[in-house]
Amino acid sequence: MKAIIASTVFGVILMFTGLMVKEKRSVGTVAILLLALLLGVNIWELSAAGNQPQTYFNNMLRIDRYGLWFNTLMTGCTLLYAMLVNKDIQRVGAHVAEYFALICFILCGIYLLSSYNSMLMLFLGIEILSIPQYILAGSDKRNLKSSEASLKYLLMGSFSTGILLMGITLLYGATGTFNIIGFTFLQDDLLSPTALAGIIFLMIALGFKVSAAPMHMWTPDVYDGAPTPFTAFMATVVKAGIFVAFMKLFSVGFGALSNHWMLVLAIVTAATLLVGNITAVFQQSVKRMLAYSSIAQAGFMLFAILAVNATAWQGMIVYAVAYSVATIGLFAVLLKLKDYTYDGFNGLAKKQPLLAGVTAIFIFSLAGIPLTGGFMAKYMVLQAALEQGQLMWLVIFALLMAAVSAYYYFRVIIAMYFKQGNPELNSEVTGSDKLLLIVTGIIVLILGIAPQVVIAGI
Amino acid sequence: MILTLLILVPIAAGILSFLAKDSAKAVALISSIATLGLAAYISAASYSQPMAWSIPWIPRLGAQLSLYSDGMAAMLCLLTGIVMPVVFISNWNKEVENPGGFYGLMLLAQAGITGVFLAHDALLFYFFWELALIPVYFLCSIWGGEKRIPVTFKFFVYTFVGSLLMLSAIIFLALQNPGANAYGWDNIVSAGMSLDPVTQQWLFWLIFIAFAIKMPIFPFHTWQPDTYEQSPTSVTIILSALMVKMGLFSVIRWLLPVVPEGVAFWSNTVIILSIIGIIYASCIAIVQTDMKRLIAYSSIAHMGLMSAAAFSQTSTGMHGLMVQMFNHGINITGMWLIVSMIEQRWGTRDMTKLGGMAISAPKMAIAFVIISFANIGLPLTNGFVGEFMLFNGLFQSPSPYHISYMVLAGLGVILGAVYTLNMVQKTTYGNTVGMTIQKDLSVNEYVGLAVIIGIILMLGVYPKPLLDMTAAAAGVMMP
Repeated sequence: MKAIIASTVFGVILMFTGLMVKEKRSVGTVAILLLALLLGVNIWELSAAGNQPQTYFNNMLRIDRYGLWFNTLMTGCTLLYAMLVNKDIQRVGAHVAEYFALICFILCGIYLLSSYNSMLMLFLGIEILSIPQYILAGSDKRNLKSSEASLKYLLMGSFSTGILLMGITLLYGATGTFNIIGFTFLQDDLLSPTALAGIIFLMIALGFKVSAAPMHMWTPDVYDGAPTPFTAFMATVVKAGIFVAFMKLFSVGFGALSNHWMLVLAIVTAATLLVGNITAVFQQSVKRMLAYSSIAQAGFMLFAILAVNATAWQGMIVYAVAYSVATIGLFAVLLKLKDYTYDGFNGLAKKQPLLAGVTAIFIFSLAGIPLTGGFMAKYMVLQAALEQGQLMWLVIFALLMAAVSAYYYFRVIIAMYFKQGNPELNSEVTGSDKLLLIVTGIIVLILGIAPQVVIAGI
Repeated sequence: MILTLLILVPIAAGILSFLAKDSAKAVALISSIATLGLAAYISAASYSQPMAWSIPWIPRLGAQLSLYSDGMAAMLCLLTGIVMPVVFISNWNKEVENPGGFYGLMLLAQAGITGVFLAHDALLFYFFWELALIPVYFLCSIWGGEKRIPVTFKFFVYTFVGSLLMLSAIIFLALQNPGANAYGWDNIVSAGMSLDPVTQQWLFWLIFIAFAIKMPIFPFHTWQPDTYEQSPTSVTIILSALMVKMGLFSVIRWLLPVVPEGVAFWSNTVIILSIIGIIYASCIAIVQTDMKRLIAYSSIAHMGLMSAAAFSQTSTGMHGLMVQMFNHGINITGMWLIVSMIEQRWGTRDMTKLGGMAISAPKMAIAFVIISFANIGLPLTNGFVGEFMLFNGLFQSPSPYHISYMVLAGLGVILGAVYTLNMVQKTTYGNTVGMTIQKDLSVNEYVGLAVIIGIILMLGVYPKPLLDMTAAAAGVMMP
């Protein structure tokens, strides 16, 4: 609760900072300080929390250790993100303070999503998290592609919000409660068509938000059109937040009914993996490839929802952190380059060995090579799915798709290390940039060797 | 504890090499000799009793950092220990671009390969299995030949697909018996054995494809000749002498005991594929003119014989296989060294443009002839001992077709003599067509080849130490 309040207050403070402080750099520094403070608040709340979940507002919010730990990790990722791309955010447009304020509000939405109990809170969380994203996507307003991304995102997002509301309504009609813990009284023989329709509507709406196929159409255009620093945020922390909400709803709320929705979600997962990976192969721009890769990675995260067991909850956290950190790092490197195509990376290893080295680590992590966090994450969600017992076919399919993903990820490695070229840099790579990138790379490696550092906090 | 050193020393030296830049060569040589010493000590120590070491790693998953060295693992570590310094010594005078990176990656590859041989925990095994691949991928792609990028990429994707399928099997097996040591070898074996036959039959392929690609056996071999041809020779040696042994070793350790019913069901299929591979690769080898491609195909033929013996389900075959893994590693290292020396001196590997090495470089020619004889498996060379036992095992195999197997595989030896001797004849004798420059072995090359030939002759005459060392392992594996 403290973190929810703090994130809102800090957001407001940041907006006022924009009025008072004119210099962009100072605004950036204030924002980073406030985010660090927010991380502190999260840790404080986590350390004060007992094992019993705290409930607020007539049981509409139910804050448990898992949610708090997730919030702490995601705030940590956001802080890392803000420090890595601070300068690039300042370059997007004039309203730096607002951008950071919107990021704070998005975090508030994530905090709600990780600890809701009533579906109304789920709805609020999704909206608090989505609306700032529409603005961020269009923040480079002189750029037509950015405006297009914003409009497209807004229209499609509102559409899916409508479906979400529809699903909530149907479920309320069928069960008479908004509380997801209340759904457990639903038994197989009592399941009405109304409730089933509600579950499917919710699956579609949330699938839309996490860009699961066939609801993924908006993702490539929005991620490609939005200013790159914000794409990095939207594709990582935000997505992880929605995934936790998705998992909570289907595991706590509909877990007992898993035989009713399992097959549908399994097919959605297979389609997501197929579309994301196969389409990513044909991209020429690394930014667009990362957009499709985020769809593909969402396919793996869907395994955690399919599995409905304790390993899945742990796997989700490892996946969220490993994927977010590696992708944020990759975007930070991408932002340093002028040319976003694969050719833009040609010969980077000779010119900037350190930049190329950390990029290689991030790429390995996304491709799921051992010793990196990405491997452990994939490993845990797949193990969770196998524990579930009926999903061997899907696991094998996912692993074949992971091999396809190696194809497009490794094109970056090939460009950096094996091809000749003279990549043009946007800005100079300063010492602090290097330090931060090294830290990010080390985090990825630690996650790969000892994932218990993340699991232990649950 | 000493087992960890065998992995940690190359890793530490590898990192040091990255920083050392120009003196990386020396770092690599010193560390590889140190690991040879370690490997020799471990071989001596695990001669009578296996060594083991383990600590918890990821308790939540039930994975441990667990190393284990019996006769077979120690023998392969010893092979790794011998091959690496020989490669470094023989290439001492050869200049490479960016030596720090080159030698650093070589040492990291060594660490990964040694880890595969020692790992006694399925997850750890998978880690090393992949980690051995990454440095080799970089080595081939940076320092390789003209078509290196697509060729090594194919190699990478191929092996990656195999490993991922194996990963699903590993998770599946570990989940059968969850617990604090779910991934331990004993646990995986007991989990696999208790599965019903049908499950074992499909699990067999999930695991085996990874190993089949690595060995490689027909029809998973298509990456191999191109990759061997395009890689720099030092890396080709790592690939063919050490990495293919990873495939065979893993079959013995992680496949045969784990899914015995599956093995029983599919062994004839695998033997037939192996024999097709032997004959097919031998026939292709006969028409090759590029020496590297010829040796690459000859290696497929040899691996075919070994994998056939691995599935023959006899203890003689298994014992011969272990001996032959070592011998093949030594012999093929010698072959590649000679080819690289020829290429360095006379600028081509095309046999039609070569001839008369016996005149222009007599010592080298002698070495080449001896190593070629070992490659064919002539008596008094190490190759003979191994091949004899392999055929013996294949002949005793319980399969009703064992005589046909034996005859067809034997055809491979004859064909092997045809292409190997043809190569020797074209390059060594005749007129000094392309070999007008007179330059015999330099001191470092002499040392490298002397070690190889010494081992070839010693094990050809007195193979007992090697046989004793692996006897227990071969006996343990077989029912």
